[in-house]
Amino acid sequence: MMKSKVSRPLIQMKQFYMLSVLLLLLSGCYGDDKGSLSANSVIYCAEGSPESFNPQTVTSGTTIDAVSYQLYDRLISFQTEDNEIGPSLAKSWHVTRDGKMITFYLRKDVSFHQTDYFTPTRPLNADDVLFSFNRLLDPAHGFHHVSGGKYPFFQSVGFSSLVEDIEKINDYTVRFKLSRADSSFLANLATDFAVILSAEYAQQLAAAGNHQKIDLQPIGTGPYKFKEYRVGSLIRYYRHENYWRDQVAIEQLVYDITPSKTARLTKLLANECDVIAYPVAHEKITEHPNLTLEAVTSFNVSYLGFNTQKPPFDNKLVRQAIAYAINKQAIIEAIYFGHAEVAKSLLPGSSWAHDESISGHGFSIDKAKALLAQAGYPDGLTMDIWALPVQRAYNPNALTTAKLIQADLQQIGVTVNIVSNYEWSTFSRLLARGEHQAVLLGWSADHPDPDNFFTPILSCASMNTGNNRAFWCDPAFDDFLYQSLQTTNTRERKKHYAQALRILSEEVPLLPIAHSRRYQARHKNVQGELLHPFGGIDFSGVSKN
Amino acid sequence: MLVFIIRRLNLFFFTMLLLTLLTFSLSFLFPGDPLVNLSGQINATPQQLEQLKLAYKSDQGIMQQYFAYLSHLAEGDLGLSMASQTQITSEIINLLPATIELSLIALMLAMFVGIPLGFIAAVNHRKTADNIILSVAMLGYSVPVFWLGLVAILVFSIQLGWFPSAGQLSLVYEIEHVTGIQFIDILLSDSVYKWQAFRDASAHIVLPACVVATAPATIFIRLARSSMLAVLETHYIKAARAKGLTFRQIIFRHAVRNSLLQIIRHIGLQFANLVTIAMITEVIFSWPGIGRWLIESIYQRDYTGIQSGLLVLSTFIFIVHIVTDFIYAALNPLAREHNHGTS
Repeated sequence: MMKSKVSRPLIQMKQFYMLSVLLLLLSGCYGDDKGSLSANSVIYCAEGSPESFNPQTVTSGTTIDAVSYQLYDRLISFQTEDNEIGPSLAKSWHVTRDGKMITFYLRKDVSFHQTDYFTPTRPLNADDVLFSFNRLLDPAHGFHHVSGGKYPFFQSVGFSSLVEDIEKINDYTVRFKLSRADSSFLANLATDFAVILSAEYAQQLAAAGNHQKIDLQPIGTGPYKFKEYRVGSLIRYYRHENYWRDQVAIEQLVYDITPSKTARLTKLLANECDVIAYPVAHEKITEHPNLTLEAVTSFNVSYLGFNTQKPPFDNKLVRQAIAYAINKQAIIEAIYFGHAEVAKSLLPGSSWAHDESISGHGFSIDKAKALLAQAGYPDGLTMDIWALPVQRAYNPNALTTAKLIQADLQQIGVTVNIVSNYEWSTFSRLLARGEHQAVLLGWSADHPDPDNFFTPILSCASMNTGNNRAFWCDPAFDDFLYQSLQTTNTRERKKHYAQALRILSEEVPLLPIAHSRRYQARHKNVQGELLHPFGGIDFSGVSKN
Repeated sequence: MLVFIIRRLNLFFFTMLLLTLLTFSLSFLFPGDPLVNLSGQINATPQQLEQLKLAYKSDQGIMQQYFAYLSHLAEGDLGLSMASQTQITSEIINLLPATIELSLIALMLAMFVGIPLGFIAAVNHRKTADNIILSVAMLGYSVPVFWLGLVAILVFSIQLGWFPSAGQLSLVYEIEHVTGIQFIDILLSDSVYKWQAFRDASAHIVLPACVVATAPATIFIRLARSSMLAVLETHYIKAARAKGLTFRQIIFRHAVRNSLLQIIRHIGLQFANLVTIAMITEVIFSWPGIGRWLIESIYQRDYTGIQSGLLVLSTFIFIVHIVTDFIYAALNPLAREHNHGTS
């Protein structure tokens, strides 16, 4: 009709030129796919934004995933094969017979990141180790109070009372003096949190008065160096060219922050992400020819924590009643699709300290009703449950879990309001201030030692850092933990932990729900091991073909 | 023309006054302390609160408070976002260009598709082509945008894999933020991967722009059709026909131009509609624009964010209105003489 035979040549020519220019523009950029940037980059769709770029200052798994293994190294690390402690920045170490003095011998060939904002002049030496630990131990240290002065992991394991002194023997030898023997000390140094920062960078910042930049524009020795961070949107890392281990195979590592789990799946299917965290629709992924699904058994627990400082949960009977009224088996089937075990206590069955005699709270509406009446709430009560807004290995869908609990508790007359509208960093800040009544949260262990399940989240020390979301403190419980750390005899320790677990089972500051597996999906062309049973994701061995 | 300009500026002034009055009163209507709602300072120390009280004059009369608020606005200070505790002004400056880019491209798309189709329908009045175009327009107008967006992702990104489903640009390309309009930034950047990035950005905008453009395009079809029909009925067209001009000459020389003029008047009105659609589309396609940010603010009860986002978006739409009015007036001398403006 009109369009096919336009007669005015002027218009036609104009349109023709514009069209051909456009086509030229578009076609000019075809054909150079070989050297394309995306072939040398890995995009990881992460579930949330990091709170800091220094793992010393946080405990959240999201931040650890984003930062710990990518930017930093530790003195010692867990070997992937057997979870034994092996060398890292320290090539060897020596523990005296009384267990109170530990000497580390450092590698001499470790270089720090060179970035737009920092150029290192020397390799790693003892000063960096001293700086990294003194910062969190010594309140008078110039960097101690930067970023809030909280070092939740170290404070919760009582690091500052444990370490008496750190001494520089020579440039490449450091000695830790402990106030008492502690069987979990080496394991704590190998965790994601015990990273080594650059003392030289800190000096440079201090001279310029920019102390706070140390945790925002990080410098470390890890396989990747920091390039940029856009809040809530992305983190960009480049390869660290002088990494002391094997050269990293890819040029660029990008974290695409995608809180929605369906959006992550969509991006994986639409080839916008190479690897995604906490995938949903497992069958869909396994069926797809280009995708693989991986799982690692990780040491974790998901729990319903009660704020024991606030009514009604300052009453032990109410906590017990709730514990009896929740059908954990149903949660495991609906939320974890059976890929998890019912948590009988805080410790997973695979931990050596697990005690079969502790059976936890069964599902019993009658007991729950009786307890609730005994507590003075025969007509029930109303409570808030805060559901964590991100997916974690220990709970892939906290909101649905909260809804299941809501339905369970309805049966004993408890009305549940679900609070789920905060973004992760706000959520975590409000929790630390104790604004919740009950919260669905969890914990992933940082190392195989059972102490890691107790001290960081339930000790009195962790209450002060706000990491003890139950705000529960029991000196008797703390004492069992302390005694267990005093000895290296496993049988002794197991006895103490069994006592501690009994207290938990009676007091119920939190109700363990499930121990799950951590999942991850990726495109088949992305190779290398990414997940460890403990702690965060590690991209140092990744390659793409 | 002078009267026209003065009338428009007058309108602008009073609308802005009403708008700021609305956002100002919102801080009292939202739960919580009005001062905190206005400034967004949720963790302020007592000293900081004192300073804020002074700055916002909250111990004085309501008029003084309003003028203090206005002076803060005039300085470009919209307060802090309650959720992220960063300056809202800088967040908006970062996000608004992405929305402008998406809306403008969608508007262009809607016009370039909708208007010619409308003309074709008018020329073939009451024939098969007309009926088909009208039914397609009706269908496109009735489809809800959130559904269309999801189906587009399902079909074109997941099943066919032609276009990406989220964002403005693949994250591997590092393009410096200069203007905020992605295409301009890419052309300005000195990255060696510039052309790869340009292609990637074009692929990213296709789906969201088409989704946003669908509803306005159908409106343009109907507008173009009715205005063309009206023009074809006029006497000068009849005269031209009587003079023996061919059908094509009549359409391209006279009818198209005159009916376009009527359509331009409606672009401003359509723009508000388009931005609303773009807000929903931004959420679906994770487009880093102000609409998504505003919806997130609502979810997080970021009152300062809601208030400022509302103000900025409305101002933006209003400015577009006025600009189209001016364009219309410049093109159509008759409109300038009109004493009673159209919008």
